[in-house]
Amino acid sequence: MAVIETKNLTYTYPGASKPSILDVSIKVEKGEFVLITGPSGCGKTTLCRTFNGLVPHFYQGELKGEISVAGIDTLKHHTYEMAKHVGLVFQNPENQLFALSVEKDVAFGLENMGFPREEMRKKVDWALNLTGIYDLRERSPHEISGGQQQRVAIASVLAMEPEIIVLDEPTSFLDPLSAEKIFEVIYDLNKKQGITVILVEHRLDLTAKYTNHLIVMEQGQVRFEGKPREILSSEETRLIGVGIPKATLLYEMLKKDGLNLSDIIPLSSEELADQLLEALKPID
Amino acid sequence: MSVFDGLRFRKIYSPIHNLDPRIKFVYVISIFVCAILFAQIIPLLLLFLLQVPFVLLAKVQRQWIRSLRGASFLAILIFVINIATSYFTSGYHLTPPIIENAAALTLRFVVLVESFSVFFLTTSPDHLGLALEESHVPYEFAFAFTTAVRFVPVLAEEAQTIMDAQKARGLELEKGGLLKRIRNYVPVLIPLIVSAIRRSLELAEAMESRAWGATKNRTNLYLLKLHRGDFALLAITIGILAAAVYIHFYVSIPTITQLIH
Amino acid sequence: MIEAIDVHFSYPNRVEALKGVSITIKDGEFVAIMGQNGAGKSTLVKHFNGLLKPSLGKVRADGVETTKTSVAALSRNVGFVFQNPDHQLFSETVEDEIAFALKNFGFAADVIESRVTWALNLLSLTQYRKTSPFLLSGGERKRVALASVLAWDPKTLILDEPTIGQDHEQKEILRQFILQMQTQGKTVVIVTHDVEFVAESNSRVILMKEGKIVADGVGKDILTDPALLELASIVLPQIAQIFTKLSPLGFPKNIIDIYEAKEIILKAWESRTQK
Repeated sequence: MAVIETKNLTYTYPGASKPSILDVSIKVEKGEFVLITGPSGCGKTTLCRTFNGLVPHFYQGELKGEISVAGIDTLKHHTYEMAKHVGLVFQNPENQLFALSVEKDVAFGLENMGFPREEMRKKVDWALNLTGIYDLRERSPHEISGGQQQRVAIASVLAMEPEIIVLDEPTSFLDPLSAEKIFEVIYDLNKKQGITVILVEHRLDLTAKYTNHLIVMEQGQVRFEGKPREILSSEETRLIGVGIPKATLLYEMLKKDGLNLSDIIPLSSEELADQLLEALKPID
Repeated sequence: MSVFDGLRFRKIYSPIHNLDPRIKFVYVISIFVCAILFAQIIPLLLLFLLQVPFVLLAKVQRQWIRSLRGASFLAILIFVINIATSYFTSGYHLTPPIIENAAALTLRFVVLVESFSVFFLTTSPDHLGLALEESHVPYEFAFAFTTAVRFVPVLAEEAQTIMDAQKARGLELEKGGLLKRIRNYVPVLIPLIVSAIRRSLELAEAMESRAWGATKNRTNLYLLKLHRGDFALLAITIGILAAAVYIHFYVSIPTITQLIH
Repeated sequence: MIEAIDVHFSYPNRVEALKGVSITIKDGEFVAIMGQNGAGKSTLVKHFNGLLKPSLGKVRADGVETTKTSVAALSRNVGFVFQNPDHQLFSETVEDEIAFALKNFGFAADVIESRVTWALNLLSLTQYRKTSPFLLSGGERKRVALASVLAWDPKTLILDEPTIGQDHEQKEILRQFILQMQTQGKTVVIVTHDVEFVAESNSRVILMKEGKIVADGVGKDILTDPALLELASIVLPQIAQIFTKLSPLGFPKNIIDIYEAKEIILKAWESRTQK
């Protein structure tokens, strides 16, 4: 069952000379882990914002085409109605946290929706535990690290129990170790809670291994969509300027020089290392 | 930036900090009213000394004394003006009652300022925000208040970074006459303002994405409950008010001058 | 040449950010300073142009002690590009923005004109000369910030987290750019936690942890030492990750370059198939 479906989605920001997304038609199934990537300005950020109605309601302008998220036509519903189905986590950890304590921030969405206190308490604690930040619940957002702040942002979106969580370059400001932790949290939410995840990322070396549905965008359009292994090993993808995982690049380079390691194109260092060990182990 | 230190959220646990801000506010207003009721030095002195146990219990002595120092300039000014006006209007006499009267009026000013200072020193911003939320102030205002407080340290750091960035491009903030110095701050103010606007936009996006405006009946994770301490303070407040009103109307208060003679 | 001699530094809130750091950066070097957030990297480089002065110890830039001169004077030779370009953009046009520092440093009007043109050209911004910097995209604004520092041609260039928010293509361009600066004899210091970028850059690497330097040497050796990287809370570069797992095959461990990796693997493959 498609949880997000768009048909010929086109949007131009007010005052812009050309559309930020053009003729985008994608389908996301329930429970998928989707990875959207592409060079700066390719429209991935705009696309994310169509999923919860920020485009067009917050940004004004005209959104052409059709879009349905969790069965709802976002054009005909307020952003606040979308909040219980789609959670959006943004790039800058600092600018998503408003309250003076972590748990108040996590409760923010629930408070806005008017939930009774006991129910809120349960959901907040649940979200804090799932993201591993229960101990931080009384701290103030300024005292915690960027990685912890992003986990608060994820928890505050999670508390509303959406079917879909969209994350727009959530690790841009984080160091690689913190980034890895965030990806693990997201992956867990996808596998264990069944939440559909849409992740926009540049760091494919860290994230390509999580997904089975990769979307590569360029200049507002979807250029490639499908399985990551095929897409990331193609020359055309490299030409767009996407950061192909080194493991995949090396695999392709070796193949060109005659060393065919495996039929399965590796996406991570572990996969390639295993293939190399297999291919190069001493012949007994 | 030390200026913003006072607004930085500091977790202090003391009985006074835990009191309900609304009750504390009622107390402060009552002290305000009492201070206005009296123009004699003895009751005003009593009112002033009344703050001290609260200050000590809350362990904010150092900051309190600092705010006293801050008020002292204005206090001295008030004292001098009062003495001067009394001196000239009473035909160039400087008598003990005149000095005592001026001192009393000055003390009244100090009591007013200090009671509010105690309030703000013993109430954390989130407690205050919570009180605002619960006292039927429109949520937008309480939210604006807590968000502003939340971002004060962030803005302070950003201001420092911007100054550093411009200094590294040869900007010398301290050089030149007054006009040049004001102009020097343009490369600091503009990025600060632009950044604030950009930040507000991102915050608004995040708010919208978390169901802002979904319902008019917004609920709250926390609840301000009145405890024994709050009722005790309320009782004390009513007691003080009652006593003050009674004394004001029925008891004649001696001045120190009278007592000495 | 920049020297730091046993530098200690504490912020006003009494946090000790540098606990005895000593390094020497010679002219023309390319140095990457790495470490976790809070390790002291930005604090250290802010001493190089005098923005921060050591609580204990000395910092010298070209022989002049930083405590004895102003930030403006030091900046003439040590250009600092901050992480967020929006923290410095304020002018009406890109042209004005680039001219700002030149005016502050007292360049003559005709020199300013030619320098601005040169900087615009260098960073492919000529078509934006009269545009307001606020109307440009994120990547373009970063280039304007860089142009405004390069305009006065400092001997040393410090870049604080230049790769954040950049896509693959932009990072490639940045790397080429730094190489170009190096060929012109400039000293380049970057503060970053982007291991891949440093791995592909062939630089000297300094690792910091909790206010101290824990490693200082050739990138190839430091970035492939798992013990060191764990100490500094840094991830291994991808190629090194692959080769660490290949140790049973007897491969060298200090490989971070993809082409070198390919050669080693192919050679091992050939010798294996020849047996």
